[in-house]
Amino acid sequence: MATDTTASLKGAGPVTGSRSFFARLSDGDEIARLVTLVFAATVVLITAALVWELWTNSALPRQKFGLHFFVTSVWDPIMDEYGALPFIYGTMVTSAVALFIAVPMGIGAAIFLAELAPARVSDTLQFFIDLLAAVPSVIYGLLGVFIVVPLMRTVIYPALNKPFGYLPIFKGPSYGVGFLTAGIVLAIMVIPYIISVSREVLLSVPRDQREAALALGSTRWESTWKVVVPFAKTGIMGSIFLALARALGETMAVTMVIGNTPKIAASLFAPGYSIAAVIANEFTEATGDLYLQSLIALGLVLFLLTFILNGVARILIVVTTQKGSGVGA
Amino acid sequence: MNNARLRWRKFVSNFMLAMTGVCAFVSVLVLFFILGYLVFNGGTSINWDFFTKLPKPVGETGGGMANAIVGSGKILLLASLMGVPIGFLGGIYLAEFSGKGMASVVRYAADLLNGVPSIVIGIFAYGLVVLPFKHFSAYAGSFALGMMMIPITLRSTEEFLKSVPRMLREGAMALGASKWKTIATVIVPAAYRGIMTAILLALARVAGETAPLLFTAFGNRFESHGWSQPTATLPVMIYTYAVSPYDDWHRQAWAAGLVLLGLVLIINILARTILSRGIAVPRS
Amino acid sequence: MKRFAGLAIGVLALCAIVLADNALLINGAGATFPYPIYSKWFDVYHTKNPNFQFNYQSVGSGAGIKQVTEGTVDFGATDGPMNDEQLKAYQDKHNGTGILHFPTVLGADVPTYNIPGVTGALNFTPEALAGIFLGKITKWNDPAIAGQNKGVNLPAEEIIVVHRSDGSGTTYIWTDYLSKVSDEWKTKVSKGTSVNWPKGLGGKGNEGVTGLVKQTPNAIGYVELIYAVQNNIPYGTVKNSSGNFVKADLASVTAAAAGAAKEMPDDFRVSITNAPGKTAYPISSFTWLLIPQKFQDAGKRDAIKGFLKWMLNDGQGSVEALSYAKLPKEVVEKEKKAINNIQ
Repeated sequence: MATDTTASLKGAGPVTGSRSFFARLSDGDEIARLVTLVFAATVVLITAALVWELWTNSALPRQKFGLHFFVTSVWDPIMDEYGALPFIYGTMVTSAVALFIAVPMGIGAAIFLAELAPARVSDTLQFFIDLLAAVPSVIYGLLGVFIVVPLMRTVIYPALNKPFGYLPIFKGPSYGVGFLTAGIVLAIMVIPYIISVSREVLLSVPRDQREAALALGSTRWESTWKVVVPFAKTGIMGSIFLALARALGETMAVTMVIGNTPKIAASLFAPGYSIAAVIANEFTEATGDLYLQSLIALGLVLFLLTFILNGVARILIVVTTQKGSGVGA
Repeated sequence: MNNARLRWRKFVSNFMLAMTGVCAFVSVLVLFFILGYLVFNGGTSINWDFFTKLPKPVGETGGGMANAIVGSGKILLLASLMGVPIGFLGGIYLAEFSGKGMASVVRYAADLLNGVPSIVIGIFAYGLVVLPFKHFSAYAGSFALGMMMIPITLRSTEEFLKSVPRMLREGAMALGASKWKTIATVIVPAAYRGIMTAILLALARVAGETAPLLFTAFGNRFESHGWSQPTATLPVMIYTYAVSPYDDWHRQAWAAGLVLLGLVLIINILARTILSRGIAVPRS
Repeated sequence: MKRFAGLAIGVLALCAIVLADNALLINGAGATFPYPIYSKWFDVYHTKNPNFQFNYQSVGSGAGIKQVTEGTVDFGATDGPMNDEQLKAYQDKHNGTGILHFPTVLGADVPTYNIPGVTGALNFTPEALAGIFLGKITKWNDPAIAGQNKGVNLPAEEIIVVHRSDGSGTTYIWTDYLSKVSDEWKTKVSKGTSVNWPKGLGGKGNEGVTGLVKQTPNAIGYVELIYAVQNNIPYGTVKNSSGNFVKADLASVTAAAAGAAKEMPDDFRVSITNAPGKTAYPISSFTWLLIPQKFQDAGKRDAIKGFLKWMLNDGQGSVEALSYAKLPKEVVEKEKKAINNIQ
């Protein structure tokens, strides 16, 4: 009797596929599966091609310099000598400055949005923060050149150099552009990421944690800072890693305000260079294979850094939100 | 209880919480400051000339960015045509057809692609599309931007398809629809708004990208015809004009910045409010 | 339904863009040094010949050489002539056919600066310039500078050096000059389109350097004359090989090319920095268009040949308005003959 009812529906059978290939084919299901499979495979193919191209087209500096590439600070196209150190240094320093500014502000804002603000205020403000994250980087560069650079020269440099000029990080003349300027612009760019993710992570902390602390007589701030935030600590770390990955790869805003100088300097006011900026400036003119491939090698380094950071960030965030919702706890 | 100590703790609490409020409002204020500054500096330069004229020779004042606006539009259109189908259909595969192994490989690849810095995407597109064909082109730029749209589209499609209630699926199948018919006529329409939102957000994101266009679309003094010519684009023009010494070019850079930002914000606002009412919207 | 309508409109608009006026587009890229005159020329030429659109992108001589070698642009432009290695690399990539240099104008690298309170032209000796860019002379009131500029109030501020961040013919001219006048520069840094600068900020293109100098107090940079003029920033005189402090202008740049004009090599690659002559400006240079010897596309070839002929006749008439000097007569004649080498 069962076979009768199923046979009366043309080509129908069990919902999951154990029907014959041709039955599925005639339904178009197999075609659909193959077509979508091709597109999904294209994604894998593109990514594989990208990684492969980066790897093979940076073979020359690997062969010639080996690991020395990462610790040499000479960048001399005439002598054909290339070292990645100034760019790695610049990328690291500007990102560090950016995080130094953005993390306290970002976490502070996230705490406000998650713990204090009423839901509607929190959602509205978060909406605006999401819009801030959507601002294109060249616009940040534009503002950097016309607002932050003069500000650096007229306000920030005198404020830091006069009292603290003996410290190596505040020494030297004021160029307007430099590590600190780039760091400030980057900070504004990455704050939204820290706020969004930290806010979500904080919201996922179970109510009973807070309430237990309050019941024991802590103030609002103490319960937030000493109980809720530590609970969400790993997720907040994840948001910082995400922000860092974004800062590392940022090209336009940085190249417009960093000074484009491949030199390592202790002072934050000194001009520098970042990996992304040097690629943007020199890629179309790198005559000579070693030169070009050294730039691609830098690109590979950047890619690996952001890849690792993004991966770790995701794990940290997932772990925290799962912990909060009691999954796998 | 020690009253002085309690009062101190309460003071600290109120102070710190007020500080967090300051952080939040300052962060939001930055957005309005940026917008306001662009309107103030660029607003007066947005005139009919800006949208309809081509750039003037170096040092001469006047002219506009007609070619860059059209160029950006063309490149974004083609980028969507390249990236969205791949992401969309790939997402359908992940949500509906794939086994666990293949799914994790595809997801992993998409996450990798998502994290690639945009300048590296530019390098890749230059090697793949510019060098072999021996010219800079709009489609090279579209290729770069399209690639950047794929991961977001893929992941969002998968998520939204998966979140369609089982009831809808099973109902369709019970009525005898084959799998692909179910997907096409029931599941995708149900997830449509979420997917469209994600696509629009991806579009807004690549609309502002400059770095990948530097080595692909390059630049053009004139309108570019067809897809295989170098093309002027809004972000690259902003960059070129901003670092130049000419005041007139600075004025135009502000105007272009305002147009670009306005476009990006409008797409974001539309996507996040109207389209996605009631749906959880993906972060970037 | 609405979606389809939108799509249809989009496609139609697309067709309109694609099928619109079919001028021949010729792409070039390279030096920022002559960009003001090139953009003027190509604009005027397009008005006279609407069928041709010359799209020139000012990306630096280094990129011009590289991209014309790769074949991604139809012609290049540089103020640092291609060296033998680069010429060979071009030939290797193009089945043995070569690439030709065509001088277009004469221009000058000037030392431009932004010192609060100083509006006039400072006098620079070769030693002073080399010292500043080597990082050995660090303050504006250093005797090496002040000694030549009595009566000018030079501040005791750090000199902020600005150079090019991209591969640049302007850099080539500047470093070529410094290599000739300073042995220390020659050994430490040498000449090229991209060098290992001892110090300084990097700006992209002549435009970027001018922009940085304009905004940064106490900065000094080297730019093509027209960039300093168009942006109203002061630039200094340089002591030439005869001992005179000469300011860059049409006369002094033309004087610098006088000797080379008579002895121009067939491939037009020549350096006129530190040229002899009482009135010669020592940091002058030709700038060249890089034209492939052989073209696949006859249309493009003829368009370029047509432009070159126009450039050598009518084009030269508009260069002086932008502070470039005309090519010497002898060079123009020689070039007209050389155009026939383009196949």
